[in-house]
Amino acid sequence: MAQKTPEQINDDLLRPLSGVSARYLIIMACLVAVVIAAAFAFGWQVYNGIGVAGLRRPVFWGFYITNFVFWIGLSHAGTLISAILRLANATWRRPVTRCAEVITVFALCIGATFPIIHLGRPWLAFWLAPYPSERGIWPNFRSPLLWDFFAINTYLTGSVTFLLLPMIPDFALIRDRSSGWKKKIYTVLALGWIGTPRQWHRLEKAMQIMAVAIIPVAVSVHSIVSWDFAMAPVPMWHSTIFAPYFVAGAIFSGIAALILAMALLRKFLHLEEYLLPIHFENLGKLLLVMSLLWVYFVFAERLTSWYGNESSEMAVFWMTQRGSFSPLFWTMVTCNFLIPFPLLAIKKFRTITGTAIASFTVVIGMWLERFLIIVPSLSRKYMPYAWVTSPYRPTWVEITITAGTFAALGLLYMLFSKAVPIISIWELKWGRHEETVRDPVLARRDEEAMA
Amino acid sequence: MSHQWGMVIDLDRCTGCEACVVACHAENNISTVGDDQAARGRAKHWIRVERYYEGDFPDVKVKFMPVLCQQCDAAPCEPVCPTFASYHTSEGLNGQVYNRCIGTRYCANACPYNVRFFNFYNPAWEKPLHLQLNPDVSVRSEGVMEKCTFCVQRIKAGEIKGEAEKRELKDGEIQPACVQSCPTRAMVFGDLNDPHSEVSRFARSNRGTKLLGELGTIPKVTYLQKDSWHGAEDA
Repeated sequence: MAQKTPEQINDDLLRPLSGVSARYLIIMACLVAVVIAAAFAFGWQVYNGIGVAGLRRPVFWGFYITNFVFWIGLSHAGTLISAILRLANATWRRPVTRCAEVITVFALCIGATFPIIHLGRPWLAFWLAPYPSERGIWPNFRSPLLWDFFAINTYLTGSVTFLLLPMIPDFALIRDRSSGWKKKIYTVLALGWIGTPRQWHRLEKAMQIMAVAIIPVAVSVHSIVSWDFAMAPVPMWHSTIFAPYFVAGAIFSGIAALILAMALLRKFLHLEEYLLPIHFENLGKLLLVMSLLWVYFVFAERLTSWYGNESSEMAVFWMTQRGSFSPLFWTMVTCNFLIPFPLLAIKKFRTITGTAIASFTVVIGMWLERFLIIVPSLSRKYMPYAWVTSPYRPTWVEITITAGTFAALGLLYMLFSKAVPIISIWELKWGRHEETVRDPVLARRDEEAMA
Repeated sequence: MSHQWGMVIDLDRCTGCEACVVACHAENNISTVGDDQAARGRAKHWIRVERYYEGDFPDVKVKFMPVLCQQCDAAPCEPVCPTFASYHTSEGLNGQVYNRCIGTRYCANACPYNVRFFNFYNPAWEKPLHLQLNPDVSVRSEGVMEKCTFCVQRIKAGEIKGEAEKRELKDGEIQPACVQSCPTRAMVFGDLNDPHSEVSRFARSNRGTKLLGELGTIPKVTYLQKDSWHGAEDA
């Protein structure tokens, strides 16, 4: 692979942009069908009333908020990880960053729709925005939901910028190699990039600033999502551990999503020579660390609740530990720890397949984790008389919408991979250049390790 | 001086007849939801009578506890609402402005008493219930949260009447529907800012206790019962 010339790299990475295969169209059609079904389900809900969802008193939050937390968590795949790796100067990151940042932007867009889908009157969602209106009233800045509104918008703006900036030189490359209407579009997107030292310098500077700025934003986003729960005096929600617990969980599920996406891209776009086993191995190690951290958080949370033995908390505690939610709880532990731990800890299993399997279970486990935080607590609030009599069950509406968002991510990802090279071409070349010019010994060692 | 409306409920007097529940439905245009929806836990009762059983059959003692919005002074439902639909009025009520509500349902999650009710569908009344709608109370649409208001329409009407006649309100002049309909006078309503009002005197009783008072919500409803006075068994 070290022998690839810059031209070959261009050809390899730009190939997915030209033409679509029958397989691509079939998968695309399936995903579009699921998304349309979800749109229909949402329309059905708006037309008939939110009663068509399985929500009931006192479980007023269910699948939709679970999905919201899940997708926002998943969005920590990209920007945060890629920013940290960039600042830590981890050279192996180069082919990984863009896949990761794309997940962030799309997962955020999807996640941000759920608080709206879940509203009783979704057409009034814009009342969360502060604007001078005839109603003569501002939104309530004391509400964690409003903090969410601002945090998510900030993060979305930041991560879109973070994704777009390093795409400029690649847009210019595509512009120079294309013709017709394509050329016109990419000329606009490339923003007049001609690769002068001044432009390179500015780009590098901007990336540095964004990488530093995006980290506190990413941390704040999931802290605030956790405070949607922790601020309310609900048993097992009202906890100081929630913010770091949620941030760790978000990064955990984010890395898992990234590994899964990379494994799929590698297979479908034939990037075997760019997304190497070492990338999966390194990300697998990160996933292992996060898995251990997750277990630590769950253990700390459960132990202190149990030892404290506060009666209202114990009602929720035992329902998840050995009551009606216990099968889900232990599935979650299996998915988030018992399966990934051996797969990631034993070097022999830390292969592309191994890390992909671990990531798949982690994504399921982390979805369950969010569900298990939300629903059991609401089912067992303080007064036994008001405990839920008929347990919360999602209806076809909630399930269809949930499936639709997974399809939507796939769809957006597929469209994106046709418009932009999924691996940052200039960064890859720059990395090669730096390695060989600066430190030939190191470069050779890396190459040997990769080979 | 402004009013601070409060209530006292004497559990030793409550017989669990549920007249308060019926009166509340009639006064506040609370729609019934039908068997199917009620089985799903979507029934709306701004006031409910909770039943607790002590002892084993046949030696069973039943205790009744009417539960309605406690109109907390430090209400968990209020700060969490992003649109100020749920807010604190100058008279200490937990106001719920239906028009501002977008249906996040956060308030209902935050409420430890589970006294907030959501309109999962548009309201409907079985005939002939539709003929008894109260013109003083707005009906609530689908997607909106609702809850006990202490019959704010009656409070406002009383205040306006007092103002028009240029006089102070008499203690007990204003009564929410539940209080008015209670055959055993287990419920007393009035102004907590007036230290001589009946409700204030009862609220200071040794038998007084606050529901989930340990959560620091500072409810304005006081429950009276014999056993609640610490250190005095069967006093």
